[in-house]
Amino acid sequence: MKRYYDVVVVGGGPAGSMAARYAAELGVSVLILEKDRDIGYPVRCGEAVSRKGVEEFIEPDEKWIASHITKFSMNAPDGTEVVLPLPEEGFVLERRVFDYELAKSAANAGAEILTRAYVNGLLFDGDAVSGVKFDYRGEQHEVEADVIIAADGVESRVGRWAGIKTHVDFRDMESCVQYTISGIDVDPNTIYFHFGSNAAPQGYLWVFSKGNTSANVGLGVSGLVGKKKSALQFLEEFMERHYPNAAILTSIAGGVPCSVTLERISAPGIILVGDAARQVNPLSGGGIASGMIGGSIGGRIAAESIKKGKPQHLLTYDKEWMDRLGKRHETFDRIKNGIYNFSDEKFNSIAYSFSKVPNDKRSLGNLFKTALIHNPGLLIDVARVFI
Amino acid sequence: MTNTPEYRMAKTAKLMIDILPDKCDFCGCCVGVCPEDAIELKEAEIFIIDERCTNCSKCVWSCPIEVIKFNKEGVVKR
Repeated sequence: MKRYYDVVVVGGGPAGSMAARYAAELGVSVLILEKDRDIGYPVRCGEAVSRKGVEEFIEPDEKWIASHITKFSMNAPDGTEVVLPLPEEGFVLERRVFDYELAKSAANAGAEILTRAYVNGLLFDGDAVSGVKFDYRGEQHEVEADVIIAADGVESRVGRWAGIKTHVDFRDMESCVQYTISGIDVDPNTIYFHFGSNAAPQGYLWVFSKGNTSANVGLGVSGLVGKKKSALQFLEEFMERHYPNAAILTSIAGGVPCSVTLERISAPGIILVGDAARQVNPLSGGGIASGMIGGSIGGRIAAESIKKGKPQHLLTYDKEWMDRLGKRHETFDRIKNGIYNFSDEKFNSIAYSFSKVPNDKRSLGNLFKTALIHNPGLLIDVARVFI
Repeated sequence: MTNTPEYRMAKTAKLMIDILPDKCDFCGCCVGVCPEDAIELKEAEIFIIDERCTNCSKCVWSCPIEVIKFNKEGVVKR
């Protein structure tokens, strides 16, 4: 470990690793500081992602693919199930292996990595961030850098220390809990979603196969719901109803910030990427692919600003992110707000109407159309997604 | 003289926020919603930074596994 790096990345998840790799590939020196002892563990994630979302960054490899997804199953509160083919293939990942591979690719590009390195403060040069303070193996250290990339996940404290307001409105925070269970009968190629007030009000419940009669069963509910009943209670009740005899191999909690991106994701000497920047798709809650995109843009711009000797170039990151995905997320956020307030009756009647659609005409687009008939106000926002 | 623990008492509200570290999964949900940056979270250690907490309750509502509770008695300072 040196006293100075061009770029220091706080957090070794997908966004942090991609930021580190894209910066290192442009020839600047990079250090990743990971709080936990392992990259990729514990896995606080449902682990589903589209093939398109990952293959831009890493060649799909069976060693981190638990199952291949081709079908989507929507389950209404009254038990009506609608199954439809997905327009493109998806994966349920083994995040533990996947995150490791991403970090390795950053290391191969030249980045250094320290685990159990807990960042607890920033260094400043005037108004600009100029380094980090961190605890490593029980000793306090400091390291200086031209650019700090905050990839510290849902907590997003590093950005706050730089004066950026990063906390999420509790109504937009999906409080999640997930069991990885075994001994159940699910189709390994289908991802199952359950909606409604029994399963997960203002959120959804997922069953994602991990292959071999094993699956991630989890759910997220808004903090507004959590006020009255916790995510854990909802999951325990679902397990009792659906899988009373399943063995629970892992239980894990987590938070997914389902909001639009922060108003500001850069400041002098620092940029925010991934969950820390609130770059999660607010409709699906998916953050792997969008976090890697945010990280790759951030890493490249950080390296460019250093090589050009133009610190102000860093501030172009906000616009580039907004043009690439941020504006799209604003539309998704409006759709989310429409859908999350659907009543059980509405979900039931959408599933019922759609179950009349012949198999060969079933698609996500058609499901959306059915949903629109039930809430025409969504039409304008949905149109924006496709235009 | 025995060491009397120091208690964090409510300034305005009657209910105090208390994290039960033994039950915590250290997921960071509460930290993400805290408007005051009043929660310290390490790999397997969590506590409320007393002088910043305003007892706003957002962490209580957001905790997925009911680890953050209201405590009427006042909370032992960390």
